[in-house]
Amino acid sequence: MINGNLKASYGADERVLNNRNKQMFVYGCLLLLALFPLFADDYAILMACKMGILLIAVVGVNVLTGYTGLVSLGHGAFVAIGAYATVVLSNLFTALPEGVLPFVVVPCAVAISALVGIVVGLPSLRVKGLYLAVATLAASFIVNFLIEQELFAPWTGGVVGINTPVPNLLGWELDTKREMYGLITVLAVLTLLGTQNLFRTRVGRAFIAIRDRDYSAEILGISLLRYKLMSFAISAAFCGLSGALFAYFYARILPEQFELDLSLELVAALIVGGMGRTMGPVFGVFIVLIVPELIKISMGFATGGDLEMQRYTAPVQEIVFGLILVFFLLKEPLGINQITDRILRSANRWPFARG
Amino acid sequence: MLSVSDLHLSFGGIKALQGVSFDVREGEITGVIGPNGAGKTSLFNAISGFYAPSEGTVRFDGSDITGLAPDKRAQLGMARTFQNIALFRGMTVLDNIKLGGHTRLKTGLFSAFRYFGAARAEELELRRDIEERVIDFLEIDHIRKYPITMLPYGLQKRVELARALAMKPRLLMLDEPVAGMNREETADMARFILDVQEQFGTTILLVEHDMHMVMDICSQIVVLNFGQQIAAGTPDEVSQNPAVIEAYLGAAA
Ligand SMILES: Nc1ncnc2c1ncn2[C@@H]1O[C@H](COP(=O)(O)OP(=O)(O)OP(=O)(O)O)[C@@H](O)[C@H]1O
Ligand SMILES: [Mg+2]
Repeated sequence: MINGNLKASYGADERVLNNRNKQMFVYGCLLLLALFPLFADDYAILMACKMGILLIAVVGVNVLTGYTGLVSLGHGAFVAIGAYATVVLSNLFTALPEGVLPFVVVPCAVAISALVGIVVGLPSLRVKGLYLAVATLAASFIVNFLIEQELFAPWTGGVVGINTPVPNLLGWELDTKREMYGLITVLAVLTLLGTQNLFRTRVGRAFIAIRDRDYSAEILGISLLRYKLMSFAISAAFCGLSGALFAYFYARILPEQFELDLSLELVAALIVGGMGRTMGPVFGVFIVLIVPELIKISMGFATGGDLEMQRYTAPVQEIVFGLILVFFLLKEPLGINQITDRILRSANRWPFARG
Repeated sequence: MLSVSDLHLSFGGIKALQGVSFDVREGEITGVIGPNGAGKTSLFNAISGFYAPSEGTVRFDGSDITGLAPDKRAQLGMARTFQNIALFRGMTVLDNIKLGGHTRLKTGLFSAFRYFGAARAEELELRRDIEERVIDFLEIDHIRKYPITMLPYGLQKRVELARALAMKPRLLMLDEPVAGMNREETADMARFILDVQEQFGTTILLVEHDMHMVMDICSQIVVLNFGQQIAAGTPDEVSQNPAVIEAYLGAAA
């Protein structure tokens, strides 16, 4: 391999941030995230929170689809389970002191998501590809159907939705968006870090092996049953965590927020960003949430704020966004991550050659 | 160590195996030969658990493993390579070999998320073991960071052997390890196989078309033809067996 970094030991060779450019990029991003609330306005904070919440779910889908090769069109349902479990359990565990409630409720919500994830993952042992996608889709319809039922309305609020609690962390009430930004960002970074770590060990390697050649994985002693279900559990758990934050972030949740649209958005963000790559979900979430905003803003300029005109430009925005997605998929089928790879690669070789 | 008795296997009308029985002795190299379509790969698939035989048993260390799943057999110490290379093509050589270490490692989900601590120590130990015992041994240190797709066929075969060796197997099953190789590559591979047996004491079961190689390195040979076992014995016995000469050697000569 042509690069200027000779490795002295296996420990050094196994590092993830194995050169200056990567280190600078990652530490720079972390610094930016930490300083962001100091200069950002409310609108920027709102967008950042939305991105963080969506990111955690997309990282979950990445574990399942990007790394294990199992396609799901129903992961919005796990976000719903996380969100509703957080609200329902908060209302049930009123005996607990407010400051410790999230520390009990959120892990429970995540665990419930993971368990349902395992159940939904059972068909993956028999069916693959489109058939599995349809099975997960069906499972998500069932979850949404149950949430909307009148029977459970006393707990879930039914079709009209339910008010959500304000999280209180050991006496610290996170009642502003700026405070929620802190919580969401910390959890999003931890999720990314944990996933990155996972794929440096036997567990993550087993997922990739199943994706690339399942019978070879078996011959190496990897149990397809165990690891496929584990992958479903992890991805559902992350989506559940995303749902818990969703519930804490908004004042009210409705069943319709977690329907097919959300499941598709998760998959779209992953594909656009780059499947099976640590940073893929970050780029994907950025595109899926920021680009429509940019289009909206520029349309606003174009129409000069004329409300009558905007009635007509609204559908145009969707079409433009769709075209941008298609353009990226044609130009970079492996996602935005591919573009940043190229930039990093040529930065590493600089000033010797262009690559 | 491995004992196959009265194995029958068929695909629809095709009888791939009809009553195959033999023993593989610990620490020896046993060869399986036979013309194209004789059932050699099918035999391997039955032994490693991909195909369920309609009759007969497979025993490993005296216990019946006929119904055991492939991953469970791997955990018992059985490793294999495939006739048409089954590496993980998107990964580097090193990652492929690391996967061979899977069953020997312990890291669970939660320590994997943390990485630093136990998981990291285990990973570094795996790396050291692979480097010293497998990569140096098979002389592939110059390609360890290469993606599989960049390697010529002969080296891919060697990497697949490396991945199997990373499992520290007690029984190593090789399906045509030198098929498609030139003379020099074949000689290298034969030397590696002998070294594996001598240095690690690994028991080896080998399918091969290359008669010279089989006669050279195997102490026992099983001959299949149209799914039937027509002979079994030492290289000398087998090469003088009239049925073998007619079915196989005669055709080649
Ligand atoms: N999965 C399968 N489905 C149907 N028929 C099969 C299957 N696998 C093998 N066969 C048939 O079983 C017979 C034995 O095939 P096998 O691959 O075991 O032969 P082989 O001795 O390994 O041959 P080669 O030297 O070409 O590798 C052949 O007639 C083959 O067509
Ligand atoms: Mg064969």
